[in-house]
Amino acid sequence: MSNESLDPRVNRLKLGEAGEIVKVEEGENWNIYEVFHQEKRGAHHEHVGCVHAPDPQLALVFAKEQFGRRKKCVNLWVVKSSDILAFDVEDEDMFANNLEKTYRDASGFKVMEKINKFKQSK
Amino acid sequence: MYGGGYIFDEPNRKQLREEEQHDEPEKLAAFEERIAKGEKIEPGDWMPAEYRRQLIRLIEQHAHSEIIGALPEGTWITRAPGFKRKLALIAKVQDEIGHGQLLYNAAETLGKSREAMINDLLSGKSKYSNVFNYPAETWADVAVIGFLIDAAAIVNQVANAKGSYGPYCRALERICYEESFHLKQGHDVFIELATGTPAQREMLQDALNRWWQPIMHFFGPPDKVSSHSEKLMQWKVKMASNDDMRNQFLDTYVPKIWDLGLTLPDPALRKNEATGRWEYTDPDWDEFFRVINGGGPCNAERLQVRKWAEEHGRWVRKALMRPAERKTFPVA
Repeated sequence: MSNESLDPRVNRLKLGEAGEIVKVEEGENWNIYEVFHQEKRGAHHEHVGCVHAPDPQLALVFAKEQFGRRKKCVNLWVVKSSDILAFDVEDEDMFANNLEKTYRDASGFKVMEKINKFKQSK
Repeated sequence: MYGGGYIFDEPNRKQLREEEQHDEPEKLAAFEERIAKGEKIEPGDWMPAEYRRQLIRLIEQHAHSEIIGALPEGTWITRAPGFKRKLALIAKVQDEIGHGQLLYNAAETLGKSREAMINDLLSGKSKYSNVFNYPAETWADVAVIGFLIDAAAIVNQVANAKGSYGPYCRALERICYEESFHLKQGHDVFIELATGTPAQREMLQDALNRWWQPIMHFFGPPDKVSSHSEKLMQWKVKMASNDDMRNQFLDTYVPKIWDLGLTLPDPALRKNEATGRWEYTDPDWDEFFRVINGGGPCNAERLQVRKWAEEHGRWVRKALMRPAERKTFPVA
């Protein structure tokens, strides 16, 4: 096998030596922004993932490329990951449902039986 | 595309024992119970160090495979036959880069930065799927990659999407959705050549002959030699055995290839109707390990191209840098 690449573009690059060390500095890939996607007007913005960007404006540009290029999309939000305040996942039990919550639920209120009984008694 | 053929590390048994006995046996029990119930693990959850290490390794390899995998196919963008094929191939290659970024982000939730992952790729410490160390010699190679290697990757990714780590599953869900287009366009190119002129069929047959061994390598070493890890299966990091995934792939795609009057370069390849399993000649596993360790036809070129991109993009990244920004990690 020759050293020539099958890709003419690669041959034009004048690549360095194979053993050459290239190192990316920590932080060189910028910061992380969370992306929220709105599929249609009237829908909620939903979290879909994140992008690396140096500032919010570019985060929007990258988010459009990454999350808006295929599925329907009418709007995107970005927010820096560190600006998100969340509960500790270990505290999940505080959301545990009290089963006796029918008073908060439509299903907890039944009137038909009473109406029928009332009508029959007439 | 492009998960698959991972070489899982033998779990560090000493560390596992220490975690079980000394570290936090109660937390470990709760963690394993949660997974057994089919619940997902999220970034802030307590998890065994070994689970974290194996997941970083797995997701990182997957991410690198997406990025490096774009190179053999990208070779043909400038020479794609026709405008529609060119548009589709550009879209597919862009998707693969996008998948790489989704996966790097999923791995970052476990605490390893994207920069550290890229450095490990460039230094050769991290691996990527072995198939991309082979060249795409003709346009028919694009058909074989787009149809069969994407198909193999989908088998792998659909299995992994049922795994236990939430961010990885979410990334895979999105990836699988886009893969369905890749498979479809690959199949379309494949069928066009298979039903075309004698020269086109010959070109496709030649590509199949060259790619068959790398495809058989794709799911990794056979179960009888690959370090069998019950822990990784129990933790739903590894979702199916290499041989089971290979069998599933052969079962779906070999008939489709034979149906077109094409052949595969293995006279022993047949389905044993009694067992339902496919039989085949073992591919050369020494070759697999030789290539994964840097000895393949394209290993050096792939990494050099990646290094070139890193070096020549640096001034743009630096110019846009906001020095006051403090580095953060994704939350989900």
